[in-house]
Amino acid sequence: MISNGTSKTVVKLHVNGETRDVMIRSADTLLETLREQLGLTGAKRACQNGDCGACTVLVNGEPMHACLSLSIETVNQPIMTIEGLRNSSIQQEFVDKWAIQCGYCTPGFILNCHALANKRPDADDETIEEWMQSNLCRCTGYQEIKEAVKSVLQNHKNDSAS
Amino acid sequence: MMENPWFSVGKPEHRIDAVAKAAGAVRYTADYSVPGILHAKLATSTQAHAKIKSIDVTESWKVPGVRAIITGKIFPFHIGPILADRPPLAFEKVRYYGEPLAIVVADHEYQAKRAADLIKVEYEPLQVVNSVREAFKTDAPLIHENSGQYMKIISNVYPVQGTNIGSHIKIRKGDFIKAWENCEYKVKETYSFNLSDHAAIEPRCVRVEINPTGKVVVHSTTQSPFTIKKVLNQFFNIDVGNIIVHVPMIGGAFGGKGTVQLEPLAYLASKAVGGKMVKLEYDREEDLITAPGHIGLEATIALGTNKSGKLMAGQYTYLIDSGAYTDQAAGITRAAAIDCTGPYNIANVWCDSYCMYTNHPYATSFRGYAHPELTFAVERTMDQLAKIIHMDPVELRTINAIKPGNSSPTRTTLNASNIGDVSKCIERAKELINWNEGARKETAEGMIRAKGISTFWKTSTTATNAQSGAILKFEPDGSVNLSCAAIEIGQGTKTILAQMVAERLKMDINKVHVTMEVNTQTDPHQWRTVASSTTFLAGRAVMNAADDAIAQLKRTASIALQCSMEDLEIGGGRVYLKPSPEYGVKIEDIALGYKFPNGHAVEGQVVGHGRYIQRHLTPMDKDTGFGKPGPWWSVGTQAIEVEWNPKDCTYKILKALTVLDGGKIINPMTAVQQMRGGMYLGLSFASHEGFQFGTDGTVLNPQLRTYQLMRFGDQPADYIVDFIETPAADGPYGARGIGEYGVIGMAGALANALSRAAQIELNHLPLLPEQIWNVRKEFKNDSV
Repeated sequence: MISNGTSKTVVKLHVNGETRDVMIRSADTLLETLREQLGLTGAKRACQNGDCGACTVLVNGEPMHACLSLSIETVNQPIMTIEGLRNSSIQQEFVDKWAIQCGYCTPGFILNCHALANKRPDADDETIEEWMQSNLCRCTGYQEIKEAVKSVLQNHKNDSAS
Repeated sequence: MMENPWFSVGKPEHRIDAVAKAAGAVRYTADYSVPGILHAKLATSTQAHAKIKSIDVTESWKVPGVRAIITGKIFPFHIGPILADRPPLAFEKVRYYGEPLAIVVADHEYQAKRAADLIKVEYEPLQVVNSVREAFKTDAPLIHENSGQYMKIISNVYPVQGTNIGSHIKIRKGDFIKAWENCEYKVKETYSFNLSDHAAIEPRCVRVEINPTGKVVVHSTTQSPFTIKKVLNQFFNIDVGNIIVHVPMIGGAFGGKGTVQLEPLAYLASKAVGGKMVKLEYDREEDLITAPGHIGLEATIALGTNKSGKLMAGQYTYLIDSGAYTDQAAGITRAAAIDCTGPYNIANVWCDSYCMYTNHPYATSFRGYAHPELTFAVERTMDQLAKIIHMDPVELRTINAIKPGNSSPTRTTLNASNIGDVSKCIERAKELINWNEGARKETAEGMIRAKGISTFWKTSTTATNAQSGAILKFEPDGSVNLSCAAIEIGQGTKTILAQMVAERLKMDINKVHVTMEVNTQTDPHQWRTVASSTTFLAGRAVMNAADDAIAQLKRTASIALQCSMEDLEIGGGRVYLKPSPEYGVKIEDIALGYKFPNGHAVEGQVVGHGRYIQRHLTPMDKDTGFGKPGPWWSVGTQAIEVEWNPKDCTYKILKALTVLDGGKIINPMTAVQQMRGGMYLGLSFASHEGFQFGTDGTVLNPQLRTYQLMRFGDQPADYIVDFIETPAADGPYGARGIGEYGVIGMAGALANALSRAAQIELNHLPLLPEQIWNVRKEFKNDSV
């Protein structure tokens, strides 16, 4: 028989402020573990090659491709998925600016934007573009997404100024 | 008439699915997991054209967790939506790189994948047909040796035995040969592009189980749940009533999820494990090349005018690269013929539209269904013709624009209701792109700014009996549930239908609950969610259902209010007396029947039912194309402004513009979303996309890393969208279709703008800077 790394270990993952037990193989990606064991399906499986960003989650506040991260690498690090983000300004902006159509790329884009607003609140157009190029959207044509991101950054600026 | 305070049609109501999608709470097909579910993986062909000598699965069985392995021998028959020419699993030979050869079912997906990788296939390579031009040659190797024997599923498909022609559709209108001889100005050019892909962000996925009573339960990423039932019935002998298809929301489709590929595979896989639930989820690479993509094309167009530039004769030869199987490409071949001229009035038309077999991945419907493709060729020809006549290209389009009283290539007579206003679209677009300020300018920095324009039309070639149904079921709080099998693929259809319900019932849209998921057992029949036909078909059904519900509400209210039904009006959640609106009854008090104070009750739940079916459509005549293919044409004009760098041939898209006449616009914001998204898709296709083929027919770029599409920042700096709203008399509230239209003119407009910028003729896609550079080099060499 071909064993193919089937042995599993229980580890703890810190997801959305909770500590959760998961049983993983060494080869399991964070995307598989989040989706299949924790039911956190907001992270989407769309290319499994780091090309489309639909699986984006935040690890230590940094946007990461969950399809290219091994679950074992994220033990002891705070992980945030779209399910952990509630009533945020970026989510509201995506709704208000009509930046959502099929919704499949939306969680990845929103988490990437959220991290951008936190890490680079003064981001200029070039920086926004550089960050957003890691995510693909096939429905919108990007204009509405751009408006949503810029609006959030502007709101952040206004908030910190007042 | 009193103004309706609850109006919803024409209002930018927010999408009813946006909040859940922003929260990541929507579950798509692949997001459901069931303990004990088995996973299927495919072994696919590594050759583009070869005989299968043997398939050895010995090593695969050694992988733990493997429950079944099946090959083409299990089902050696052909299936297909138009012509049954495709075995679900290849047997005897493979016809494209990536074709399914075997399925492994295992406990875990990684086990199935590992086992599929270990399947050993011995091939005997055959000569590869790597382009439509090669395929068309009389001595070309045959991809289908017995195409004449394939079963026809619809009437308008004509495979030619002993050739690689999967279908040939003809238009013969007027006397082209004589008219051509008498033309003053003539142009004839050839255009081409390779096959490409839809690349919806959600890859295709399906779950199938067969329960012990014989019911086949399918959950799928599909635009066509009732077609899945038809296919499983037609080719697998399962009673239609025993097949139940569930469809949650879909993560983008663009036509790619309109045909049936995964479901029969997953059905065979489930059958092989005693009917247990099996999930088949495509990897991106499979979604790109194993699943059907977007056609390739080689088109030759000849146009001739009289002295004043009036089009007198048009000849169109479309060689459509359908890849290894005809699938929907056979229907696209037909659609390309039906609208071959673009929206121009030409009395003498000759069109040969060929569906060509090649050893490429096969093609299916793509947003626009032949129209973005033919429009690229037609609109490039119009610009080149304008140059020959020394006429402004916008002027050439204006004087030839088709209008009521003219007839289409299939000789359908056009009237003010069935076609939008082409001239008005051209005029508005000309204004919005500032055409009169000049179509080509050099900036102070040495960049070239140039504009390109493109005019288009499209009718929807639905089945002649395409239909939709709707059910409105009232709740005791006066709200209403809408069930309809229109699928939410991102286009916002559920929101549009809710608006029509609210408008008709004069109620708050927040009291309209739309079932987002489709279940073929409980929802009425719907042809498919394709062809920009849903607002029209499902919209009419929904209005019909609302009228039925209104009649029922009035009947119950007439008993409660002791008056005749004729005296009653509905609105604001009440049924009331027209002459004394203060006297009435709340819908919540009659939704489940009316109860008198003494306890007696009458009527019962209000359940409205409605339906709509296409009227007076016909197939086409085999020899001349005569027929009525669709209910109406939406029309439009698009324009592009680019800034092109003559040093390195790179460019930026400054403006992308659409003026569409799609009849009444139900929701101006979702309509703009559809146009912008369509423009993006058309521009991405025109500027970046296409499969690259090796000399052996292998696909060299089957990943989103190498199959490039437009990313954030590549999009136009400015999208401009405007609507002309010439009403369609039979559309719901005067609406025609709009879903596909943003895509249609983009390739033509971009190619026209860049050709003008570089002062060369760019007739091949995609318009990568390297392509422009190469063409310019050839032009320079020619002129030396």
